[in-house]
Amino acid sequence: MMPSRENLETPRRLGVVIEGSLTHGIEVKLDGSASVEDMAVGRYVTIQGKKRRFFGMITDVSLGVVDQRINVTPADASEPFLAEVLSGISTYGTLHILPMLTIGTDVVGAEGPQPVKTVPSHFSAVNVASQGDVELVFGGEDEKKFYIGTPLDMETKICLDLAEFVKRSNGIFGKSGTGKTFLTRLLLIGMLQKSTAVNLVFDMHNEYGWEGRSESGYKVKALKQLFPERVAVFTLDEESSRRRRVSTDAVVRLGYDDIEPEDIVLLRQTLNLTEPAVQATYQLARRFGDKKWIQACLNMENNEETQALLKNLNIHEATFGNLRRGLEAIRRLPFLSPTAQENPVERILKYLDSGMNVVLEFGRYTDLTAYILVANLLSRRIYNQYRERTEKALGEEVKPPRPLVITIEEAHKFLNPEVANQTIFGTIAREMRKYNVTLLVIDQRPSGIDEEVMSQIGTKITCLLDNERDIDSVLTGVSGKNELRSVLARLEAKQQVLIFGHAVPMPVVVRTREYGSAESYKSLFESNRLDSQRIEKEIQDLWG
Amino acid sequence: MEDGLRVGEVIESCTTDFAAQCYELYQLPPLGSLVKAHWDSAAILYGVVYKAATAGIEPGRRPIARGQDEPNEDEVYRSNPQLLKLLRSEFSVLVIGYLEEGRIRQYLPPKPARIHGFVHLCTAAEVKQFSQSLDFLNFLLKSRLDIGVEELTAATLRQMGKVYGVEKHAFLVSAGKELATLLSADYNQLKTILKGLKNDAIA
Repeated sequence: MMPSRENLETPRRLGVVIEGSLTHGIEVKLDGSASVEDMAVGRYVTIQGKKRRFFGMITDVSLGVVDQRINVTPADASEPFLAEVLSGISTYGTLHILPMLTIGTDVVGAEGPQPVKTVPSHFSAVNVASQGDVELVFGGEDEKKFYIGTPLDMETKICLDLAEFVKRSNGIFGKSGTGKTFLTRLLLIGMLQKSTAVNLVFDMHNEYGWEGRSESGYKVKALKQLFPERVAVFTLDEESSRRRRVSTDAVVRLGYDDIEPEDIVLLRQTLNLTEPAVQATYQLARRFGDKKWIQACLNMENNEETQALLKNLNIHEATFGNLRRGLEAIRRLPFLSPTAQENPVERILKYLDSGMNVVLEFGRYTDLTAYILVANLLSRRIYNQYRERTEKALGEEVKPPRPLVITIEEAHKFLNPEVANQTIFGTIAREMRKYNVTLLVIDQRPSGIDEEVMSQIGTKITCLLDNERDIDSVLTGVSGKNELRSVLARLEAKQQVLIFGHAVPMPVVVRTREYGSAESYKSLFESNRLDSQRIEKEIQDLWG
Repeated sequence: MEDGLRVGEVIESCTTDFAAQCYELYQLPPLGSLVKAHWDSAAILYGVVYKAATAGIEPGRRPIARGQDEPNEDEVYRSNPQLLKLLRSEFSVLVIGYLEEGRIRQYLPPKPARIHGFVHLCTAAEVKQFSQSLDFLNFLLKSRLDIGVEELTAATLRQMGKVYGVEKHAFLVSAGKELATLLSADYNQLKTILKGLKNDAIA
């Protein structure tokens, strides 16, 4: 049912174009009949030029007067007639519009939306965008497009082109409590349903595997509950998973012999290691071998033999002490043992190859050291495998591995300028999809992420951010940056996001679709092409 | 006054305005009312009353006070019937448009009104039709008269508003907006005029 405002036949007129440029946006003078208070930053409008129709977003609203003397003796509530006469003529509202696309000269346009290259002529009429216009620009739901939410004050479905989405690394940003977790869940489901990529999720707070919690405390289903035959849950903490009654497919155990010097680099900050201590790891690994160096270090006692060795390797005693303290911290992690029985990497890869998505829960081990260590370690090895296989596929008649999306939280710990060059995540982000691996980064401090990496992120989905530096970093290199700034800073705290980048034809403010109620689960299935019998059974199971 | 009533006869005329004498003393059309006259039998001239005056017939002789012993004003006239012959009422009209070939134009006519032509008050329908376009406002504002354009404009709009009934408020608001556009450089003048319309605009 369309709301009465959105009448497809007569577009609701707002005003006329009075000024503007392509780089700075268009100024629109509001008609007297359109109240400034009805306007909202982030809404869509269409501009009817002489030859084209433009599609744009409201990025600012302001007031103006023809004569400054009006401000000296303003007409207030005691003079309604004066105020009514002046409104729209001597006193008026202006909108600042960022035009983004041109759509055909009629609604059933011959060509699709094109990027805007010019401005509308003077006094072109500006109207509220109709649902038809929005659908024309964003397209409808189909096997590639995932319905993510609705624009402000409209019922049209905004759909993300997931095929485009997974071609690059992407990011979900927003300060804490703005709904990033819900959004991530939705996107993972979307990718599961609509794209050919498989997901590997490093789930720090146990939100994505089996079930999660909303802010108000009620439980919401997560990936495995909704798609049991497509998702496997791995866990680092068997006990915790069992207590939470999560059905896990495998337990991950790591050995010291799995940890290489490259894995320590990323842990420098969290373990409080000095630069020389990090360097020392390389030397020690060379001396003792990649697999044995940690055990050897931990076993080294404070005797002459050790001192001689250190002197030989040119490692200062204090440096070694520092390193040793760090390694002890690692040793204390309960999921580590001197050696692991089986290779978790092989296991994960087997699942990924068969098209299963893998969520790795961390159970109780929610501290940063554990998260960084494990995510980095596993990703590095999986990436190396992927690289080998992709290169092989180029040479021989072998199929390349399935596209993989790795989801990491607290991304600024992995991708800050200090370490971005040296870690696998920085490499993955920079190489785009060269070896079929991309990232989905989730972060509340995007200003902590290296600028170069940020510029490689294809699509950004941003919830409310209020830190100037964070806003700046998210909008790096985006056209129309100044205008989008004011839109971003004015998002509602919950359920509103700004999406821009490759997966959408133009920036869009979206009210995210609901997730957590029975209807929302049902609607997730309806849009997917499962055979009807399975749908029926699955729905019955959900509703009990 | 009755709709379409004959209110006077033209005694002076030029392109921009004309003066008319009333047949009966004091039967003057209200300030700002829309009246019509002709320059020939086919064409109609429209104008607004911008001045009305009553004075002695002879230019040199001024009236003398006569009512010292009379109990009220009407008695003065009853006791002095010659007054009806010695005084006359006149009004002046600013021409603001004309009708030709079925279309109303709101600019100066090609020819002025005919002397001894009859002046009629426009009917409600004629006033409504004339005021469909507000171009005459610009004309009014540019005129140079003793009375002051703010006063005349406000009076004209008040008179016109009367024929609109329940739509009076809407009419006055749209006239006000036209004025706001024309007077964008002079807010004070705009305010003066709008103050004159305030009371009539109470919806």
